[in-house]
Amino acid sequence: MKQTVLRHTGRALAIFLVGMGLTQTATAEISRGALMATTCYACHGTDGHSAGSIPSIYGYPPEIMISQMKAFRDGTRPATVMDRHATGYTDEEIKLIAEYLSTLR
Amino acid sequence: MRQMSRRNFLRALGAGGAATALAACGTLPDGRKGKDQVVVIGGGSGGATAAKYLKRFEPGLRVVLIEPNARYHTCYGSNWYLGGLTRMENLEQTYGALRDKHGVEIIHDTVTAIDRDAHTVHLAGGERLSYRKLVLSPGIDFRYDAVEGYSRDVAEEIPHAWKAGPQTVTLRRQLEAMPDGGVFVMVAPGNPFRCPPGPYERAGMVAHYFKQHKPRAKIIILDNKEAFSKQGLFMDGWKQLYGDMIEWVPSSQGGQVERMDPATRTVYSDGGLTRFRADVLNFIPPQMAGSIAREAGLTGATGWCPVNQLTFQSEMDPDIYVIGDACIAGEMPKSGHSANTQGKTAAAAIVRAMADQDMLALSTVNTCYSLVGPEYGISIAAVYRFTDGTITGVPGSGGVSPADAGPNFRRQEARYAQGWYDSITADIWG
Repeated sequence: MKQTVLRHTGRALAIFLVGMGLTQTATAEISRGALMATTCYACHGTDGHSAGSIPSIYGYPPEIMISQMKAFRDGTRPATVMDRHATGYTDEEIKLIAEYLSTLR
Repeated sequence: MRQMSRRNFLRALGAGGAATALAACGTLPDGRKGKDQVVVIGGGSGGATAAKYLKRFEPGLRVVLIEPNARYHTCYGSNWYLGGLTRMENLEQTYGALRDKHGVEIIHDTVTAIDRDAHTVHLAGGERLSYRKLVLSPGIDFRYDAVEGYSRDVAEEIPHAWKAGPQTVTLRRQLEAMPDGGVFVMVAPGNPFRCPPGPYERAGMVAHYFKQHKPRAKIIILDNKEAFSKQGLFMDGWKQLYGDMIEWVPSSQGGQVERMDPATRTVYSDGGLTRFRADVLNFIPPQMAGSIAREAGLTGATGWCPVNQLTFQSEMDPDIYVIGDACIAGEMPKSGHSANTQGKTAAAAIVRAMADQDMLALSTVNTCYSLVGPEYGISIAAVYRFTDGTITGVPGSGGVSPADAGPNFRRQEARYAQGWYDSITADIWG
C-alpha cells in the first residue's frame, strides 16, 4: 500500500528525495496480530524466544497454537496461568496472535 | 515561531499522501532532525520498553532515552534479595543492548524541565533536546509529608526500599543487624501505589530469612487499607510456611499510621492510642507521579497523570505519552509488567500517529508473580481491553492462582516467577 502511495506521488518527488539524500526503509504497518503478540513477550520472551524457564512460543504452526490456546481456555489442558490469559481472547484474536507468532523465527 | 515539522514541510511541497511512507525516512541533514525524534524520559520498565519497541516498530525513527543512572535496579526481585534468595547484581540492568542492538541513543542525565510549548526537554548538563513526541515514564515520588515525624532525611534511617538500590541494601543490613526476638514493622500504603502485592511478598521473604537466622523474630504489617492483593493466598502461605510469625493489622484495627517517632522507631495510630515500637521499621510512604510529571503540569488532582487510555497520550498534552506507575490506566495495577505492556502500546500509538494511522484496538496484560517462600509462588493475571474510555479486565478472564493448589503447583509458579523475571528484563533491556 505504501508503495502504491509512493508511485502516485510521481517522479518529481522521488528525484527530490534522492537529491535530499533521503533513503526510504520500507517498514511494514504494525498489524493487530503483531501488537497483540507483544503482550506474550513479557513472559515468553521478545519474539517468543524465552530467556528463562517459561516455554518459547515462536514458529509454531498456527493450528497447533490455536488448539493449545483453546484448550487452555476451555480447561482441557491444565495450566498454572495460561488458562487465566486464554480466557481473555476471542477465537479471532487467538487466530491473529497464532498466525503472527508462526511467522517468527 | 515553531519550525515546520517534516510532514508539514513535505505537505507544503505538495507531497501530501507520501507522508505515510516517509515516516520511515532518516533525518534531514539541515539540523531540523530534532523535530522528528522521539524523546523518552526514564529508563525503567516503561521507558526502556517504549524506546526499544519504537525502534522495533519503526527502525528509521530517531529515539533518545534519558535516564540518570547507568545501572538500574529493578524493584521486582528486590524482595527476593531481602529474603537472601538473590544478590543485588542480579537485579542490575544496563543500557548497552538498547544502544548497540536497537539503535536507541542513550543520554545519562537528569531532566530539569519540559518546555511543552517549545517541544524541548532541558537537561541538567545544559543540553536541550527537541522532540516531536515525548514518552514520559518517570515512575513514582514519595509523599514525605504523609505522616508527622517523617521526612526525606528520616527515610535515610528508616528505609522505604520502594525504589530498588541503596535503600534496599540499607533495609537488608538493618534486618541482618536485628537481634533474634526483634520486631520488624512494615507500614504499607493505601491504594493506589507501586506494586500492590509487593509489601506482602516482602513480609514472606523477610520471614524466610528470619526463619533461618532469627526464628523468634516477629513481623507486623500495619496497613493503611482493609484488604490487599492476593490476600487469601498470601495469608494461607504465611501460615503454612511461617506459622504465626507474620501479623497483618488492617487500617480499622490500628494499622492506619498517623505519626512516627524516628528516634525510637515507634509509630502511632488511632489518634495516638495505639503504638508499635519496631527494631527495624520499614515505612512505605504513599506515592504520586514522579516530580517531572508534576512540574510539567501533567498530573491531576490525585497526583497521578490522566491519559487517553487507548494511546497513553496525556490529557493535558497530546504530544506527551505518560506510561508506567505515573499514569492512570483504568484497572491496570502499577506494576513493572503493566509498564512494559504500556510501553509497547504507546510505541505503537506514536508510530501509527506519525504515519497518520489510527490506533489499533488496545490489548494489554499484566502478570504479577510473588514468592511466599523460595519454592512457593503465587500469581495474579489479567487481560485488558479499552471499553467506554477506560481500560478494563476482560470479564471471565484473569484472577489469582487457585486457593486449593498443591505444592507442585506452587513450586511451578515459583519457577515461573524467575522465568518471568528473566524474560521481561530481556524484553525491556535486552
